[in-house]
Amino acid sequence: MTTLAARTEDLLGPPESEHGPSGLLKWLTSTDHKVIGKSYTITAFIFFLIAGAMAIVIRTQLAAPDNNIVSQHVYNELFTMHGSVMLYLFAGPFAFGGLANFIVPLQIGAPDMAFPRLNALSYWLYLSGGTIMLLGFLTTSGAADFGWVAYAPLSNSINTPGAGPNMWIVALVLTGFSAIFTGVNLCATIFYLRAPGLTMFRMPIFTWNMLVTGILILIAFPVLTAALVMLWCDRNIGTHIFSVAGGGVPVLWQNLFWFFGHPEVYILALPYFGVVTDVLAVFSRKPVFGYKGMIFATISIAALSTSVWAHHMFTTGTVLLPFFSIMSYLIAVPTGIKFFNWIGTMWRGSITFNTPMLFAVGFLVVFLFGGVTGIFLASPPVDFAMHDTYFVVAHFHEVLFGTVVFGGFSGLTYWYPKYTGRMLNDTLGKISFWLMFVGFWVTFMPQYLLGEEGMPRRIAEYLPHNNWTILNRISTVGAYMLFLSVFVMCVNFLEAWRRPVPAGDNPWDAHTLEWATSSPPPHHNFYWIPPIRSERPVWDHNHPDHTTLYEHRPRPGGRDLVGAQAGRSAASDPRSGFGGTAAHTGAEAESPGDDGESGGWE
Amino acid sequence: MFPGPWLISEPVSRKSPQFQVPARPAAPTGLRRRGRRSRVGAGLAVLVTGLVLAGCNSPTFGASHGTDVQGQDIAKLYSGMFITGLIVAVIVWALIGWCVFAYRRKGRSIIPKQFQEHIPLEITYTVIPLVIVIVIFVFTVITENEVDAVTSHPAVTVDVTAYQWGWIFHYENSKGVTLQTQGAVRALPAKRGYTASVYPQLVIPEHQPTKIVLRSDDVVHEFYVHAFNFGRFAQPGVRNVFEFTPTKTGVYPGQCTEYCGLYHSEMLFSVRVVTPTQYHHWLSYQEHHLNQIPKHYPLTQL
Amino acid sequence: MKAEGMVLLAIGCFFGVVALVYWFWSNETSGTAMLTGAFLLGLLPGGYYYWWSRRMKPRPEDDPHAERAEGAGVVGAFPSSSIWPFVLGIAAASVGLSLVFGFWSAIVGFVVAGGAVLGVIRESRRGGIV
Repeated sequence: MTTLAARTEDLLGPPESEHGPSGLLKWLTSTDHKVIGKSYTITAFIFFLIAGAMAIVIRTQLAAPDNNIVSQHVYNELFTMHGSVMLYLFAGPFAFGGLANFIVPLQIGAPDMAFPRLNALSYWLYLSGGTIMLLGFLTTSGAADFGWVAYAPLSNSINTPGAGPNMWIVALVLTGFSAIFTGVNLCATIFYLRAPGLTMFRMPIFTWNMLVTGILILIAFPVLTAALVMLWCDRNIGTHIFSVAGGGVPVLWQNLFWFFGHPEVYILALPYFGVVTDVLAVFSRKPVFGYKGMIFATISIAALSTSVWAHHMFTTGTVLLPFFSIMSYLIAVPTGIKFFNWIGTMWRGSITFNTPMLFAVGFLVVFLFGGVTGIFLASPPVDFAMHDTYFVVAHFHEVLFGTVVFGGFSGLTYWYPKYTGRMLNDTLGKISFWLMFVGFWVTFMPQYLLGEEGMPRRIAEYLPHNNWTILNRISTVGAYMLFLSVFVMCVNFLEAWRRPVPAGDNPWDAHTLEWATSSPPPHHNFYWIPPIRSERPVWDHNHPDHTTLYEHRPRPGGRDLVGAQAGRSAASDPRSGFGGTAAHTGAEAESPGDDGESGGWE
Repeated sequence: MFPGPWLISEPVSRKSPQFQVPARPAAPTGLRRRGRRSRVGAGLAVLVTGLVLAGCNSPTFGASHGTDVQGQDIAKLYSGMFITGLIVAVIVWALIGWCVFAYRRKGRSIIPKQFQEHIPLEITYTVIPLVIVIVIFVFTVITENEVDAVTSHPAVTVDVTAYQWGWIFHYENSKGVTLQTQGAVRALPAKRGYTASVYPQLVIPEHQPTKIVLRSDDVVHEFYVHAFNFGRFAQPGVRNVFEFTPTKTGVYPGQCTEYCGLYHSEMLFSVRVVTPTQYHHWLSYQEHHLNQIPKHYPLTQL
Repeated sequence: MKAEGMVLLAIGCFFGVVALVYWFWSNETSGTAMLTGAFLLGLLPGGYYYWWSRRMKPRPEDDPHAERAEGAGVVGAFPSSSIWPFVLGIAAASVGLSLVFGFWSAIVGFVVAGGAVLGVIRESRRGGIV
């Protein structure tokens, strides 16, 4: 029983964290991954609300043809900043800065991230970068207005002069470095700080996906940063890297940007795939189906996603169409594997539909449609017909909103007890889900139809005779529903803050190591960890008679034995019954008929 | 009926006959029947084949059927892909729905069987999507080659130049005479006061290949004609060449779809497809009026 | 270490193949350069891990049968709080803003960053809880 606790106590000496700074100073100085993770989550959520408010203005502007809610110039700033804030400041940092920062060290039994001070620096770079980006609105020329992709030569100093666009560039360089540092930190943490027995192929899928995300960050973000430096030089010191007049090549920007941009899409998506995988398994009370297949699918998606950048450039007429087309199509294969594994995870399970599970299933439903329309767009001829119409807008919102918001809310509600030690209100969560689910289809299905009718994206107004009004108006109503849904979720957080309902260590009867410690975890995370003999140490410990079966394995595997051993050693452990019931106060009454299992959560 | 900018003299709208989907050329019945048979009998991969062969008969689910040869090819491909995608999506949705309804917890908590893998099944659902995407890829390449093909002697060649925020259409006729039609969006006195003449119009003949040579003066634009199911970037430093072979006369709206700055949303144009005879009349009329930029040409005189 | 190395090597090799195919098929330089970068990014650390994995004792976290006690001992130094990342972040932001508003703020930024780096070094040398 001398385990990580002893291991960490050696290191810690007296529990100085309790005497450490508190309040604002704690926030400024803490290098604890949990504090930084919370800061990231809250900051990213605020950016999400800001960018969401921009979306509401955009949708209101489009609710009627020739509308004048905002001027064209402001509209252009708004959609640029909506995209930039959502993608650079919310979706990514919420995953790899917020959830991963908090959860990954816990899931691998580590005391902290590998480089705590670098982790803190990441956060401060991210916060200052985000602030600088938004402060662009206060400059005389306004914020950046060249679209979040900043295509050269529109992004040069002649077409978009002023300080706002420069601030956008600087902000992205800062947040880019922040992301790179986080990527390094994640990889190092996962490679070096795992608990004994937690081999690579026993890590939870979320941790695996975060590792792959970290590698993708290291591949993609340096390219963006380099491209931004070139863009800054073009704008400010008179180089001609992207301008034809000086012998430059504008399409180089598109190549560089999308070499970052497409992996970025998966940097955003993979973490939430991981969240959903874990959530589906926990709420089905089953192991992840096809665990290794899931990992290989993740790695293949990451590898392929870095070889498909020019499918955003089919209509430029300058790229190798068949190559990028087949590579893009091939992504459908590992994504398909993931889908069937998700279904296999639920198959013959005992599924409870709490808020996290609802959001996870919602993710499956909406992401499927987004994925299928993505296959259409991977076909160059179809892309010629659809490129830069609302079909594309609907597609990537379906994919990104589907993963980032459904997956993110799933993760946030799933780990909220671990973050705070409190339960969220399930009823409010369900209201929020159904508003979001319905609002989602109401918002984005009309946009598919608009795209099929040829409505271009990024237009501030359209002509009344195009008959686009009705569909746009429906879409706007849907956007308001989404807004309402997020509002209900915020009320839920507020309720949990005002009237705390204690959660207990393992309210969901979950599988992975983060549920072996208290909620919220102590400084340096663990006083005790269960033995790790599969990818579900906590489950094996709580349900020694229900370890994973490997009956369909073609060759007789040795892991049955290992599983049985895990069961035995857990059963003989004097502290069996940790987690679950220990702090089971009031949150949810334990059902008397709960077949004697310790972690039985209703 | 709208008095919109596409209009030169006839009222045209989405609802008017000119905007309607063109009468589809009758597909050979043999092909159609083959399509039907495959739809009933075979697996998904064959299904795509059948649908693409069945071609014009297939629905496009709201997208344009295409009023030129290339656009119709794209519509067929889109239709085949959409149906395949829809079938796959419905199957997967059904599986998800089945899980949600059949395996929801009823009553007391039980711990289900803890199975984790089924290797043959996993291989199956790796191979099936692989086959589907390879079949789709083959059709994509076929269509792509048809759409991108450029004939060596097109009937008409038009140099199209995009700029912030308007279009220049530059014709070269057999006598080497050049002429331009152009329209600058910002010439609009007021938004409500636009007149038909302000938006530039591209006039091309029916049933003949028109080669478009596309370039940009300043930033990246996109030349997009929805009825032709086609868009292509106009980029500084790049010369893009492609062809349209319209199959139906009419006026079709076009628009810049790649964001190009402040007045991107107003960078409109239209394409007027006329009969070859009308086209030659129009061209010779333009030749006689070279000095004036033909902002407003009364097509009723054709 | 072996699994880590293999994952990175696999990713690196994939990009090596893709870079070759892309280069011979398209002759496009920027994409080839970036794919080669990705190839090296997989190859270098992956190769290093793999090379190292053959020369080291298996770590407890690589051993599926490891007991928890095998991981006892000092894991590493994890400072629980430090003001210097914040200071360094502010310095980086002001260097960044100098790229927009003029170079005076870069001077401030570099001075503050220098101080922060010194602070971090001093903290690390002192050891223990910082």
